[in-house]
Amino acid sequence: MSRIRKQSEYEKTFAFHFFRWLGGEKDAFVGNMEMKPQEEYVEEEATIEERMKDRQQVMAEVYDSSHNRELLFFNKLYKCFSIVFCIAIVALLVLTVSYLPSVGGADKPTNNLVSETYITDGLKDTGAVNIVTGMILSYRAFDTFGETNVLFIATCCVMIMLMVDEDKIHLNKESNDRGFEPKNDMILQIVATLLVPIVFLFGIYIILNGHLSPGGGFSGGAMIGAGMILYVAAFGFEKTERFFNEKVYKCVKVTALICYGCIVTYYFLTGANGLPSQIPLGEAGKILSGGITLPINIFVGSEVACTMYAFYALFRRGGL
Amino acid sequence: MEIIRNFPCLSILLAMFSAIISSALKGRWARRLNTFVVTAVGILSACTLYFTHVTGKSYVYVMGHFPAPFGNEIRFGSLEAGMALFFCVIMLLSLNGGRHKLRIDIDPAKENLYYIMVDLLLSSLLALVYTNDLFTAYVFVEINTIAACGLIMIMESGRAIEAATRYMIMSLLGSGLFLIGLCMLYDMTGHLLMSNIQQSVREIASSGTYMIPLLVTIALIVVGLAIKSALFPFHAWLPDAYGYSTVSSAAMLSSLVSKGYIFLLIKIIYRVIGFDIFVGSRIINVLFVFGLAGMIMGSTSAIRENDIRRMISYSSVAQIGYIYMGFGLGTPVGMAASVFHILSHAATKSLLFVSGVGLTDVSGDHKEFIELTGAGYRNICAGLAFTAGSLSMVGIPLFSGFISKLLFSQAAVQSNLKMLPTLIVLAISTVLNAIYFMKTVIRIYTPVESKYESVSVKKNSLYAFTLFCFIALNVVLGMCSQPITDWITQGLSVFA
Repeated sequence: MSRIRKQSEYEKTFAFHFFRWLGGEKDAFVGNMEMKPQEEYVEEEATIEERMKDRQQVMAEVYDSSHNRELLFFNKLYKCFSIVFCIAIVALLVLTVSYLPSVGGADKPTNNLVSETYITDGLKDTGAVNIVTGMILSYRAFDTFGETNVLFIATCCVMIMLMVDEDKIHLNKESNDRGFEPKNDMILQIVATLLVPIVFLFGIYIILNGHLSPGGGFSGGAMIGAGMILYVAAFGFEKTERFFNEKVYKCVKVTALICYGCIVTYYFLTGANGLPSQIPLGEAGKILSGGITLPINIFVGSEVACTMYAFYALFRRGGL
Repeated sequence: MEIIRNFPCLSILLAMFSAIISSALKGRWARRLNTFVVTAVGILSACTLYFTHVTGKSYVYVMGHFPAPFGNEIRFGSLEAGMALFFCVIMLLSLNGGRHKLRIDIDPAKENLYYIMVDLLLSSLLALVYTNDLFTAYVFVEINTIAACGLIMIMESGRAIEAATRYMIMSLLGSGLFLIGLCMLYDMTGHLLMSNIQQSVREIASSGTYMIPLLVTIALIVVGLAIKSALFPFHAWLPDAYGYSTVSSAAMLSSLVSKGYIFLLIKIIYRVIGFDIFVGSRIINVLFVFGLAGMIMGSTSAIRENDIRRMISYSSVAQIGYIYMGFGLGTPVGMAASVFHILSHAATKSLLFVSGVGLTDVSGDHKEFIELTGAGYRNICAGLAFTAGSLSMVGIPLFSGFISKLLFSQAAVQSNLKMLPTLIVLAISTVLNAIYFMKTVIRIYTPVESKYESVSVKKNSLYAFTLFCFIALNVVLGMCSQPITDWITQGLSVFA
C-alpha cells in the first residue's frame, strides 16, 4: 500500500534531491564549491630553459658513460654475450660439418646420376666443350637468368641510393666534391694506354670462348668493366663520355637483357611443349657452336661490364 | 586447355621483361606498364587456378629442353596458382591506394626505378610460389631481398635509409643461414630438386645416418626464413622498415614479401623435408613457443606505440606469430589455418596501412594519436576502412580475422598438449588486439574542433574505390570461408 506524503516532508528526503539532480534542475556543486573556467597553460621561456637544462643535467648524470657503472656493465655483458653467441654458432656449425659425408668419396651422395650425366652427356646436349658453361647456361638457364637479374636490380638499387640530380648539384656547389677529376697523371695514363686495349681484347676473348675454355660471360664482362674503370681513372669522365655515356649505357644494358630474355623464353617454351630447338648446336670446338651458350655469353658479358662500370661511376660522381 | 600450362612460366618472364623495359622508360610509362603487367599476371594466374582446380592435379613444367633433375622446372597446383592470383590482387590494390603518396614521396627522376623494384618483386614472388628447385628458390630470395631494400630506400629520408640498412643486415643474415642449410642439404642428399631431396631425406631418416646434420639443417632453414619473415625474437627490423617507408611499400612488404617467405617455408616443409619428419623434429616446438611469444609481445609493443604506422607494424609481429603458432601445432589442420591466416592477414594489413595514410593525410601528416583525433570525420572513407580493418584484426564475425581465429582454435582443440596454451594465448592476444585497435577507432571518431581540412570522397575516387575493394576482399574471405578452406586443404594435400 502506498501513502501520500506531504510536499514539505517529501522535499527533505534523499529521493527528492536525487531526482532533482538527475533531472538537471539543481547542480549539487553550484554554490557549494568554488568554480572558475580553466585557464590555458602558458609556459614561460625561462621555465622552458630551466626544464631543458634540468633534462640535460639528468641525462648527463644518468647516462654519463664514464661513471655509470650499470651502463658500463651492460655494455661489457652485451659484448661478452655476442662473442659467446658467435663462438657457439661457429662451434655448432663446425660440429655439424664433422658429421657430414667427407668430400670426394666415390660413394658419396653428391656423386650421383646428375653430375655424371652433366659430364657424359654435356657436350652432346649443349654443344659446349666447357661443361660448366654448358651447365649453367643450358641445363639451368632459368637460374642464370635470375642471377643476371640480381645484378640488374643491384645496379638499380645503387642508383636509387647514389644518383644525384643535375639541378640539385648546382644548388650547393661548395659541398659537392663529385666533379673533381684526378690530375693528369703521366705514369697512369701511359700504363692505361698500354693496358686498356689488352684488357678489352682479353675480356672479349674470354666471352667469345666461354663455351670452349674456362671463363664465360660473367668473368669476361667483369674484365671489360675493370678495363673501363682503369680508363676512367686515368683520363677522367669527359673523355670516357665520348664513347660511353648514359644513353649508350641504357641502350647496351636494355638490349642485352631483352635479347637474353627472348632467347631464354624461346628456349623454355619450345622445350616445355616438346618442340625441337631451331638453334643449331654446331660442330664442337668451333667458335660458332654451343647453341644458345654463345649468344647468352655475349649478352651476359655486356650486362656485367655495364654493371661494373655503373657501380664505379655511381660511387664516384653520383651519375653515369 | 593445354596452353594454360605455359602461363606460370610466362607470368614470371613477363614480370622480368617489364622490369628490364622499365629501366629505359620515363616514370609515367613505367607506371602504366607495371599496372598492365600486374593485371595481366593476375589474369594468367586466374586461368591457371581455374585449370588446376578443375583437374585437381598438380603439373610439372620443364624450363628448357632437359627434364629435372638435370634442368630447371617449376610446379604448380591450385594452391600455388591461387596464391599468385592473391598476391597480384594485393599488389595492384596497395599500389593504387598509395599512388597519391608515391607522387609526393618519390623523386620524379627515380619513379621508373621504383617500378623496376615492384616488377622484380612480383617476378620473385611468383618464382618463390611456383619453384620446384631449392637453388632457384635461393636465387629469387636474393632478388626479393634487394627489391624490398629498394622499396624501403626510395623515400631517401634519413630514417628510411637507416631502416633499409637494418633490414638489409637482418635479411642477409637470414639468407646466409638459408644458404648454409641448403648447402648441407645438398651435401647429404646430392640433389637440389625438391622431390628428389624428399626421397633422400626419407632414406636418411629411416636409416638414421645423418640425423644430427639433418636436424641442424632444418633448424638453419627454418630460422633463416623466420628472420626474413620477422618472427618474434628476430623482428627488430620490422617497425622501422614498415613505419618509415612510403605507404605502398609498407603495404607490400607486410602483406607480400614476408608472406612469400612463409609460403616458401610451407613448401619446404611439405615438399623437401616431409611433413612427418618436420613434425618429428623438435624444431616445431621452438616455432610454437616463438609464435606464442610473438602474439603477446607484438601486441604489447603495439599498445605502447604512439605512432599509428608503427602501431600497425607491431601488430604484424603478432600476426606473424599466429602463423608460426599454426605451424607449431604440427597438424594438417593447423597448417591449413596458417595458410588461411596468410590470406586474411595480407588482405587486412594492407587495408590498414592504406587507410591509415588517409587518416594521417587529413591530420597534417602527423602520425601521433593526439593529432589524429576526429580524423574519421575528416576523411570518411579512410575512417570506415580503418574501422573495418580493425574489426577484422580483432576477430569480429563477418570479417576474415574471425575465421582465421576460429580455424586456429579448432586446430588447437585437436592437439592434446598444445591445446591449453594456444587457447589461452589466443584469448589474451584477442583482448590486446582489441585494446589498441579500438583505442585508435575511438580516437579517430572523437569529435573535435580541428585545424585540419577535411577531404571529400569525390576528390580521390580511386583511393575510395581501392579501399572499397579491400573491404570487399576482407568480407569475401570472412563470408565464403568454406570454399576457401576446402581449396586450401585440397591444395595442401596435392602439395605432398
